[in-house]
Amino acid sequence: MAYSDKVIDHYTNPRNIGTLDKSSESVGTGLVGAPECGDVMRLQIQVSDEGVIEDAKFKTFGCGSAIASSSLATEWLKGKSVDEALEIDNMEIVEELALPPVKIHCSVLAEDAIKAAINDYRVKKGLEPLEAEKSIH
Amino acid sequence: MQLPIYLDNNSTTKCDPRVFEAMTPYFLKDYGNAASRSHAYGWKTEEGVDYAREQIAKIIGANSKEIIFTSGATESNNLALKGVYEMYAAKGNHFITVSTEHKAILDACKHLEKLGAEVTYLPVAENGLITIEQIQEAIKPNTVLVSVMYANNELGVIQPIREIGALCKEKGILFHTDATQAVGKIPVSVIDDNIDLLSFTAHKMYGPKGVGALYVRRKNPRVKVTAQIDGGGHERGMRSGTLNVPGIVGFGKACEIAMAEMDTDAARLSKMRDKLENALLQLEEAYVNGTKEHRLPHTTNISFKYVEGEGLMMGIKDVAVSSGSACTSASLEPSYVLKNLGLDDELAHSSIRFGLGRFTTDEEIDFTIKCVTDAVNKLRDMSPLWEMFKEGIDLKSIEWTEH
Ligand SMILES: Cc1ncc(COP(=O)(O)O)c(C=O)c1O
Repeated sequence: MAYSDKVIDHYTNPRNIGTLDKSSESVGTGLVGAPECGDVMRLQIQVSDEGVIEDAKFKTFGCGSAIASSSLATEWLKGKSVDEALEIDNMEIVEELALPPVKIHCSVLAEDAIKAAINDYRVKKGLEPLEAEKSIH
Repeated sequence: MQLPIYLDNNSTTKCDPRVFEAMTPYFLKDYGNAASRSHAYGWKTEEGVDYAREQIAKIIGANSKEIIFTSGATESNNLALKGVYEMYAAKGNHFITVSTEHKAILDACKHLEKLGAEVTYLPVAENGLITIEQIQEAIKPNTVLVSVMYANNELGVIQPIREIGALCKEKGILFHTDATQAVGKIPVSVIDDNIDLLSFTAHKMYGPKGVGALYVRRKNPRVKVTAQIDGGGHERGMRSGTLNVPGIVGFGKACEIAMAEMDTDAARLSKMRDKLENALLQLEEAYVNGTKEHRLPHTTNISFKYVEGEGLMMGIKDVAVSSGSACTSASLEPSYVLKNLGLDDELAHSSIRFGLGRFTTDEEIDFTIKCVTDAVNKLRDMSPLWEMFKEGIDLKSIEWTEH
């Protein structure tokens, strides 16, 4: 199976690999997936007092499409408000990266990682965690 | 050096130019039907087939009359299992095989189970091998066939074939082996190993694709299988269909070359394989899957913990290998062979099989070492699991979100 140019680009030059201080009040961390399933994503956001995502970092264990999905997610997150970030839909990732059907689960995982990071941040701020939408995996 | 480097020789091999050369006249000049008895075209091809049959029989220590040509090892395995099941139905319906066999064996067994067969699938130990005691314990009064692969395609581990053959002979049970990965690579003898039926294929030994054979013993005991393809009654009635003459001639040539060059090839390849393996084991948390003791000389299967196999293959796109990772198949299941070793799924996901071959060079091995090492390091730098491992976090203590 051939990868799209965009997947190859993100895989070869991943954006925003790294680690933020997960104990910081302004950092939300989402860890999703499972090693047995062959992909694990950790996505972190650093949020300003105004509720804007100033920085985003990821680390991913997974195939090229999983790495590209999380790399792209961090790129999209930066500069967005937390509410805007919640709007990111996995199908946008599928379209942007031209993921084939067998790789859609990688984009779902990226969306889950965004939601998990935001929830972690919300809980730290004393807000209710958002109901996780049941995604079809 | 041509890129990508081909290190997937357990999957298939390049046709040896000498084999290709031997085949060409049978496409363009000697194109008769080997079954045509009435003219020179037929005689000529029959001669070519007869000669190839001798070459092919010789490499496994058989008689040429005991070779049934097929389209490959998949068909040979199907013919052996289904053919024995039908032919010996009066004697019993119990088969014994192993959980790490090729799908052509496992799925043929599943098919037979639906028809009333009883099949015992023996589990392998962590080293990929079964023991003779396991077979002994599994044998029942209605056991008609034991089928154990000679060498495993994913791991290269070699089963205790000679002991199994001796046991089956003593018990009067037929013994079939899928020797697809072994023939041409290591010495195989149907006499010494007491093998009654043996499957093999040309394309794993530098011959053409789409041609294989089933060895069917003719003496002590005389074995017969019920044909699974009906037609003109070729191949002693066991496999009808016009013979694939160029393929068979190429198969014969491939056997002749393999026999002549087996020792030198094996010595050279095991040295290169060991170099590759030892260099890659310098990486932290890298493990060889399956025993290193009883193993094909050209194969190694290594798990690079905390790196996912398909992601790794993308990082080493200049090296053609295969992975036990789920992602390479449509399912999310990693290799059943690796899982059967008792490997955690995550280790199975992190595995790469390197299959060296006759045309592999030292330069290619050096390149591969560098390429794989760099990719593993790069992917670990972006692996959350690696970071956790380095921080001393037990991954088993984390509640993962299944998906
Ligand atoms: C152990 C084993 N058996 C059977 C086969 C099938 O062989 P063929 O491709 O000739 O049908 C293979 C190769 O894929 C194999 O490795």
